[in-house]
Amino acid sequence: MAEKETVLEVKDLTVAYRIGEQWIEAIRDIHLSISVGQIYGLVGESGSGKTTLAMAILNYLGENGKILKGKVLFEGEEIQGFSKEQMRAFWGRKIALVPQNPLSSLNPTLTVGEQVQEVLRLHLKMGEAEARRRVIELFEGVRLAEPERVFRSYPHQISGGMQQRVMIAIALATSPRLLILDEPTTSLDVTTQASILDLIRELIRGQAMGVLYVTHNLGVVVELCQRVAVLYAGELVEDAPLEELFSQPLHPYTYGLLKSVPKLGQNKRAQSLSAIPGQIPALSERGSGCIFRSRCPLAVERCVERPPLEQINGQRATRCHRWQEIARRDVDLSGLFETELEIVTPQTALERSGEKAALDAQGIVVEFDTHRSLLESLAQRQSRKVKAVKDVSIRIQAGDTLGLVGESGSGKTSLARALSGLNEPEAGTIRIYGLSASPKLSRRNREVLRRLQMVFQNPEEALNPHMTVGESLRRQLFVLQGIRGEAAQRAAEEMVRAVQLPVDVLNRRPTQLSGGEKQRIAIARAFITHPDIVIADEPVSSLDVSVQAAILNLINRLQDTFKNGLLFISHDLAVVGYLADQIAVIYLGALMQLCRAADLFQPPYHPYTEALLSAVPSVDLEKKGQTIRLEGDLPSPSEVIEGCPFHSRCPRKIGEICERQPPPWREDIRTQKRIYCHYTLEELLQLQSDLRVLQS
Amino acid sequence: MLKYLLRRFSFLLLTLLITSMVVFAVTQLLPGDVARVILGREAGEAALEALREELGLNDPLPVQYGRWLTRFVSGDWGKSYSTKSEIRPLVLGRLRNSLMLAGVILVISVPLAIFLGVIAGLNENRWIDNLISIGSLAVVGLPEFVTGLVLIQIFAFQLKWLPANSTIRPTTSFLEALPMLILPALTATLVLLAYIARLTRAGVIEELKQQYVRTADLKGLPYHTVIFKHVLRNALIPTITVIAISMGWLISGLIVIENVFNYPGLGRLMVFAIDRRDLPLLQAVTMVAVVGFALSNLIADILYALLDPRIRLG
Repeated sequence: MAEKETVLEVKDLTVAYRIGEQWIEAIRDIHLSISVGQIYGLVGESGSGKTTLAMAILNYLGENGKILKGKVLFEGEEIQGFSKEQMRAFWGRKIALVPQNPLSSLNPTLTVGEQVQEVLRLHLKMGEAEARRRVIELFEGVRLAEPERVFRSYPHQISGGMQQRVMIAIALATSPRLLILDEPTTSLDVTTQASILDLIRELIRGQAMGVLYVTHNLGVVVELCQRVAVLYAGELVEDAPLEELFSQPLHPYTYGLLKSVPKLGQNKRAQSLSAIPGQIPALSERGSGCIFRSRCPLAVERCVERPPLEQINGQRATRCHRWQEIARRDVDLSGLFETELEIVTPQTALERSGEKAALDAQGIVVEFDTHRSLLESLAQRQSRKVKAVKDVSIRIQAGDTLGLVGESGSGKTSLARALSGLNEPEAGTIRIYGLSASPKLSRRNREVLRRLQMVFQNPEEALNPHMTVGESLRRQLFVLQGIRGEAAQRAAEEMVRAVQLPVDVLNRRPTQLSGGEKQRIAIARAFITHPDIVIADEPVSSLDVSVQAAILNLINRLQDTFKNGLLFISHDLAVVGYLADQIAVIYLGALMQLCRAADLFQPPYHPYTEALLSAVPSVDLEKKGQTIRLEGDLPSPSEVIEGCPFHSRCPRKIGEICERQPPPWREDIRTQKRIYCHYTLEELLQLQSDLRVLQS
Repeated sequence: MLKYLLRRFSFLLLTLLITSMVVFAVTQLLPGDVARVILGREAGEAALEALREELGLNDPLPVQYGRWLTRFVSGDWGKSYSTKSEIRPLVLGRLRNSLMLAGVILVISVPLAIFLGVIAGLNENRWIDNLISIGSLAVVGLPEFVTGLVLIQIFAFQLKWLPANSTIRPTTSFLEALPMLILPALTATLVLLAYIARLTRAGVIEELKQQYVRTADLKGLPYHTVIFKHVLRNALIPTITVIAISMGWLISGLIVIENVFNYPGLGRLMVFAIDRRDLPLLQAVTMVAVVGFALSNLIADILYALLDPRIRLG
C-alpha cells in the first residue's frame, strides 16, 4: 500500500506558559505525525501536557501560552504562527475538537439543534431548512433517539452521553480532515463510554481524516488506536504502533504505566500491583536530565543528560539511554516496579454465621426530598421522595474487603454516607461488632465514631487547609480518644511513616502537598484511631494511574496490619476486583449481585454485571466474547420502578414479569454467589457462557 | 413555566400580606395620639374620645388591621389627616410621576451601562477597561445632591438647555414633562451606571472563561457571532435581572434626587407623610412602594426564567 497522506505533522514543538513573570515549558520537543485514516492515541497522566499539545495543534493556547519553537504543519501548511482570525478558516471546517466535558462545552441557553446547525450554515452555506434536515440526519448518525426532540432540547435536558453525541455531531458535521478528541469519555459512566467508543470507531472508519485521541486511559487506547504516543511530564517518551508498545515497551515509564493498571480479574491475594514510586515532577522542577530519572529504577549516571528521541527502524521512537539494552532484553523489565506485598489474612467466606461482623448493616433505606428550599416546599405541599438506596443489607468481616461497584447515580455514595451517619438513613440498622450505631451522626458516641472512619474521594476537600497535617492527625486522636501531647505526637509520627511519608510532613499544610500525598494523609487520619471499619469512597479516582497503584497497595498494607473491615467503593471494576474479597454490584439503589471477587468474572452474571464487564475497555489486547451494550440512560431517580430496577435497560429482559414483579435472590450454595434476577443461575450460565474474562 | 409563574405569583401575594402586617404594625408603633394629631392641642378629652371611637382606634389591633386591609384592597385608602383630601388620587398621581422618571432613567442608563460594561469585559485589564472602571467608580462615589447640583449648574444655568426645577403638575403630559425629567434622570443614571456596568463586565469576563466559548471559537464562528450570539446571551442574564430588581428603588427610593429637583414623586410624598405623622397617607405610600418592590422582583424572576432555559425548563 502506498504511503498514506499526512494530515498533521508536529515537529520539535515546545510550548510554554507564563506563570508570574516566567515562561515555563509545559511540553518540550514534541514530534508526531498523523496520516489519513489513522487513529493516533496520545496517552499521559495529568500534568503530562497532553491537553497543552492538543491545544497547541489547534493553535488555541490562550494568552498565557506560547509556542517557543517548532512547527505545526496541517496538510503541509505551517499554522503555528497564524492569528485567531486566520485560524477561524480551519476551525470547525478542517480541524475539529470533541472536548472532555460536553455539558460545559455546550451553550446552556441555545438549543442543541441550533448549536449544530450554525456550523452547517457557516461552513457549508446551507439554508435554515436544509441545515435543519442535515442536523437531524447527523443526530441519527450519532445514534440519538428521537432526533427531533433532541434538536429542540437545551443541553441540560439531555444526558451526558447524549451531550457527547451532540458534540461528536458538531465535530463531524463538516467532515474535517483532522479530528482531535480530548478525553471524550472521561466524564461518562463506563457503559456510556463503551457505546460512545463504539460510535467513534464506527463513524471514523472509512472517513478521509486523521484522528488524535487524547486520553489517560490505556484501555481506551487499545480499543481504538493504531498508534500510540506516551507523554510524561511534557516529553514524548515513547511512540510506537499499538501492538509493539504493549508487547514490548522500550521506555521504563511505559512499562510501569502498563503494569500499574489493575487488569480485570487481577486480585491482591494472587498478585500485587506494581506501582511507580514518587510522583510526576512539577512544571518548574523538571531539571535538565532524563525527565523520568527520579522515579526510574533503571536510572544510571548517564541519565543526568537528556536522552535524545531515538528513531528505531522508522517504526517507533523512544527517549531512553538504555533502550537498546531493554530491546535486547539485557535488562529485565519484569518485576521492575513490583512492590512486596504479602496479604496474610486468609480470605473468608461470604458470610460467617454466628460471628459478629465488623460491619453489619441491614435494610438500609436512604431517601431524599426533591425540594430544594423551604419556600418551595411551602408552595407545593406534597413532597416527593426519591429513594437513593432501597433496602440494602451488607456484612463485612474483620480483615475483609467488600467492594461496592456501580455507576454514577447508583446510590453507592448515598449508602456510604448513610453508614457513616452523614446522611441519616430512613430505615435500617447498623452494627459494628454488635455495637449499635445510631443512624443520626449527632447521636453517635465517640466510641462508634472511632470505630467507623471514612476516606473521601477528593482529598483536596477532605483536609482542613488551615491546619497542618500534624494538627489534623492529633486532633483526630484527641477528639475521638482523648489522646494528647507527647503520645499523640508519637502516634501521628508513626502513622505518617505507615503511609510512607517523611515525618516532616506533619508540619506542612495540605496546600503544600500533591494529590497523592493528600490522600495518604486522609488515609492516615482514618486509620490513626484503629477503626474497626473503614469506608473508602472512590479514594483513587481523582488520582493519576501511576499514583493510584501505590495508594491501593497502601490501603492493603494498612488493612493487613489493622485487620479492619473495609468497604471500598468504586466505579472501576478492575480496581474493585483487585482490592475486594467480596463484591456487591449496585444499580439504582438496589443490590443486583453479591459474590466473591474471583467469581465476579465468571458466569453466571447478573445481566447488569455482564454489561459492566463487557463495557470495560481492557488493556488485554485480546478480549473474548460478544459485546453487550446498554440502551438508553439511567432512569431518573424520582421515577417509581416496579419489578426489577434494571428492566428498562436489561439486554436479557424476559418479558412482563421483569416489569411487574421484583425478582428473587438466586443463590449458588457452593460459591455463595447471589444474583437478583428472574432467570435462574443455570439459565444465566447457559446464556452467558461465551463471556468470560481471562484471568491474568 | 406556568407552574413556575403560579408559584412565583403566590409568593408575591404571601409577601404582600406579610409586609402589610409589618407596615400596619410599625405605623401603629409610631409615638403620638392620632386623635390629637387631627384635632389639635386644644381639643377636649370628650371630643378626642368621640373621634377615637369614630375612627375605630379603640378596637383591638387585629380588627383594625383587618378593616384597614379590606378597605385598602377595595380601593378605599381613606383621607389624609393633614391635607384632609382623598389619599388615592394623590398617591396614584405621584406614582405616575415616579414611573415616568424611572422609565426615562432606564432608557438612558441601561444601554449606556451595558455598552460600557461589555467593552470593559471584553478588554479585561486593558487601558479601556481601566478607564471605564475608574471613571464610573469615580462618579458613583459622589452623592446625588452633589452630582445633581453640578448638572443643574452646567445644563440649566450655564448652557440653559434644560430647566433646573422639575415641578410638574398632575395635568402635565409626558411629552411636556420630558425636558424636566432629563436632569434628574441623568443624576440617577450616574448612580446606576457604575453598578450595572461593573455587573455586566463581571458577567462578560465570567462567561468568556466558559468552555462553550472555546467550542464556539473552534467551530470557526466569526468573533462577533461568538460574542453576540454565545457570550452576551449568558453574560447579560444577571445584569437584566438586577436591573428589574432595581425598578423598586427607582420608583420609591429617589428621595434625595426628588428633593434636589423639587420633583413630586413618591419618595417626597413619603417624607411629607412622615413629617406630618399622617398615618393613612404613610401606610398607603408605603404599601404602594412595597407593591413596587414586589412586582419588580417578580419581573426579575420572570425575566430570569425567560432568559435561562435551565430555570424555565427545570
